[in-house]
Amino acid sequence: MNAAQRPDDPAEARVADGDPRPKAVLEGPDIRRALTRIAHEILERTKGGHDVVLLGIQTRGVTLAERLAEALREVEGRPVPWGSLDVTMYRDDLRMKPARALGRTELPAAGIDDRVVVLVDDVLFSGRTVRAALDALNDLGRPRAVQLAVLVDRGHRELPIRADYVGKNLPTSMRETVKVLLAENDDRDAVLLGPKGDK
Amino acid sequence: MKRHLISAADLSKDDALLVLDTAEELAQVSDRSIKKLPTLRGRTVVNLFYEDSTRTRISFEAAAKRLSADVINFSAKGSSVSKGESLKDTALTLEAMGADGVVIRHPASGAPHRLAGWVQGSVINAGDGTHEHPTQALLDAFTMRRRLGGLEGRKVTIVGDVLHSRVARSNVLLLDTLGADVTVVAPPTLVPVAVDTWPCRVSYDLDAVLPKSDVVMMLRVQHERMNASYFPTVREYSRRYGLDGDRMAQLPEHAIVMHPGPMNRGVEIAAEVADSVRSTIVEQVANGVSARMAVLYLLLGGSEPAIGKEVSGK
Amino acid sequence: MSTTYIIKGARILGGEPADIAIRDGGIAEVGTGLAAAGAQVVEADGLVALPGLVDLHTHLREPGREDAETVESGTRAAAMGGYTAVHAMANTDPVADTAGVVEQVWRLGREAGYCDVHPVGAVTRGIAGERLAELGAMADSAARVRVFSDDGHCVSDAVIMRRALEYVKAFDGVVAQHAQEPRLTEGAQMNEGEMSAALGMRGWPAVAEEAIIARDVLLAEHVGSRLHVCHVSTAGSVEIIRWAKSKGCQVTAEVTPHHLLLDDTRAGSYDPIFKVNPPLRTADDVTALRHALADGTIDCVATDHAPHPVEAKETEWAVAAMGMIGLETALAVVQEAMIETDLLDWAGVADRMSFAPARIGRLSGQGRPLEAGSPANITLYDPSPRRAVDPAAMTSKSRNTPFAGLELPGRVIATFLRGTPTVLEGKLQ
Repeated sequence: MNAAQRPDDPAEARVADGDPRPKAVLEGPDIRRALTRIAHEILERTKGGHDVVLLGIQTRGVTLAERLAEALREVEGRPVPWGSLDVTMYRDDLRMKPARALGRTELPAAGIDDRVVVLVDDVLFSGRTVRAALDALNDLGRPRAVQLAVLVDRGHRELPIRADYVGKNLPTSMRETVKVLLAENDDRDAVLLGPKGDK
Repeated sequence: MKRHLISAADLSKDDALLVLDTAEELAQVSDRSIKKLPTLRGRTVVNLFYEDSTRTRISFEAAAKRLSADVINFSAKGSSVSKGESLKDTALTLEAMGADGVVIRHPASGAPHRLAGWVQGSVINAGDGTHEHPTQALLDAFTMRRRLGGLEGRKVTIVGDVLHSRVARSNVLLLDTLGADVTVVAPPTLVPVAVDTWPCRVSYDLDAVLPKSDVVMMLRVQHERMNASYFPTVREYSRRYGLDGDRMAQLPEHAIVMHPGPMNRGVEIAAEVADSVRSTIVEQVANGVSARMAVLYLLLGGSEPAIGKEVSGK
Repeated sequence: MSTTYIIKGARILGGEPADIAIRDGGIAEVGTGLAAAGAQVVEADGLVALPGLVDLHTHLREPGREDAETVESGTRAAAMGGYTAVHAMANTDPVADTAGVVEQVWRLGREAGYCDVHPVGAVTRGIAGERLAELGAMADSAARVRVFSDDGHCVSDAVIMRRALEYVKAFDGVVAQHAQEPRLTEGAQMNEGEMSAALGMRGWPAVAEEAIIARDVLLAEHVGSRLHVCHVSTAGSVEIIRWAKSKGCQVTAEVTPHHLLLDDTRAGSYDPIFKVNPPLRTADDVTALRHALADGTIDCVATDHAPHPVEAKETEWAVAAMGMIGLETALAVVQEAMIETDLLDWAGVADRMSFAPARIGRLSGQGRPLEAGSPANITLYDPSPRRAVDPAAMTSKSRNTPFAGLELPGRVIATFLRGTPTVLEGKLQ
């Protein structure tokens, strides 16, 4: 967690390329605006969002799904069902690391059959997590449609997957890492871009 | 280095909680219409059963299949085992088949430990002689936690043939790890001589312990004990150590009654108790699949096991 | 037998360096600066000279289980361990319960020539514990049997035990009892205690040994006979034997090397290499046995060398054979348990491993002091090197040593049997 080492350093966002410290490419207000915009896009694309179910992918996707649900409620004045999805058991890289603890999968009471499921995640990168999420959804029910919302799309896809809603397109190199911090999970809201390597 | 689950003592508190938390998530799978996860696709799990135990075998089989593992059932009957093939030669056969995990049930205490020294895969003890049955203890702890909310400080009373019970051994160890307060109750003949070295209390008086128990776990009375002077008669055993309706009434309101099965109704447990709302006996069966899925996932799901203990090869 | 050797500079029973001249199978002279024309000189600088060791308790397995050991392979192992005499236990197949079988074993020993073999006769026919074997015929045979034992089984019937004790008085025999109350040890796998409770194995309680010893010392005192207690393994047994000796009872006792060094925590590996009868006991028992051997309550060390083929041990504990080999490691283990702990000196070791067992077995030509006139049964031992025990390096046909991988001191450099080296420069001759 290199990103959290100097969270209060105001110089962080201005550091030059090559500086080993990560820099914040989005701050709290940017994230809030991005989510509000995505909420509007969802309503537009789904014609009022009546059948929408938001499913956040563990862990920060769940936080984002909850925030998106709140944003939708503020706009439409009615609650939007949301839940969480843990895709660990469906990952294709399970065998490359020791078995890890599972996150919670919690579907809204009404389920996902015939709904428009919007998967929510923090960063879209190789697309493998989304692939695992699609497989998991397949075992959980039969949505009418599945869409994808991400806070950051950093490119470098390894699978034919694209997002329907993107908070920010962030061109990166493979030598960089993108880290999303959310106040509910971390100590503040930010998207950090830093060099790979130091742990 | 491969790790194994041979004794409940192989699990640290963190390990045990990881298994229980994982089982909690995996329990959802049993409620879905598609009761399957792709996690162990391509992994081979061998069920090596030297004792008849349909319940345990099908529980492990269901657990492995729900995780998409290939399951090979290797039972002592109808295989070369009954023709006198040694455990070591069987182990070499399993090696040749490339078993990633071996679930073994064996009448000899320590057989899983020996097997672990001879195979590459992870060994899971599904009951060895009068030694241990760690996945039973995990499913019992899982059941208690679901019913009571937690195990820290809970008073668990284990009643019956503690001397010969692998369920009792594993439960005492695991429950102690998880912070529960365990009392074993049995006639003195059915308590091991060195039980004072165990992390539990011992009592010979069931009625004195019941009012303070959050959980009562009744152990099965094996038929072979009945004629070996461990107690005078089944009737006397039942009167002194059996759980009937009157005794159940002494339990606190929230207390639960457990039994690892198969039950001798009318001996250690009365039918009205076994069928009461306090009884978790049916839940225990369902929870067994979840707990075993968790163990299989944590041992076989990743690049290396996340729980268990190493055994040096020999 | 005319080969003459001069052993130069050996520390006899650990004392000052001296030379030993061997002539015609006997010790001709002990002194300093000895020389003799044509004699082969054995440099023994730094080596301890002990009287050839005598084992009261050896399973040579022949006849019947020649896959595990033969008289020849077992006596070769004995020589490598510094022994010049062994007592071959009776539980062979057929059982050594007739003059014919004991003479066969005795003759096989003579033919092999590595070590004297004194057969032990069975107390009861087929070691079944029911009817006395022909003890007199075995005593009168060429094998001149003096030690009788159903070892492996206890003579549990009190009447049979009493009769046997009485009967052997006629030829100054001794009954060596395997003290194990059978009903208390049905299906027993290991010492009953904390370890057996944790490992879920059927326990072999100390009381099952102590109850039989208590009964037998009382019987032996009552009928005025000699009793020898095999492989004493518990602190309680030591107390009973100490009490019996204090009352003047003619009881002697042995302890095995493994009971002097290992305890029941070894069973935690579930490796049946540690499965033995009587079982390995607790660390407290080990301590009590060491002190009993030091103070003479226990008279001698006997190996209970029990060879088994690999497949008998590469199994689950419950189905594995009981027993462990010990001839080649006995002296090293005794050094580790008794010398390194200052409980015994080398003179004490000579007594417990040679003089005393020869006396109990009534062997005339063994267990003699290293002085002029004695038969030249000599063991030269280097106590300094320490190395890990390697089962593959054993001379025994079997490999079931519980000391595998354990670092032990000492090495037998030479063994002389009546003046002829069976081992020289650490190698079998």
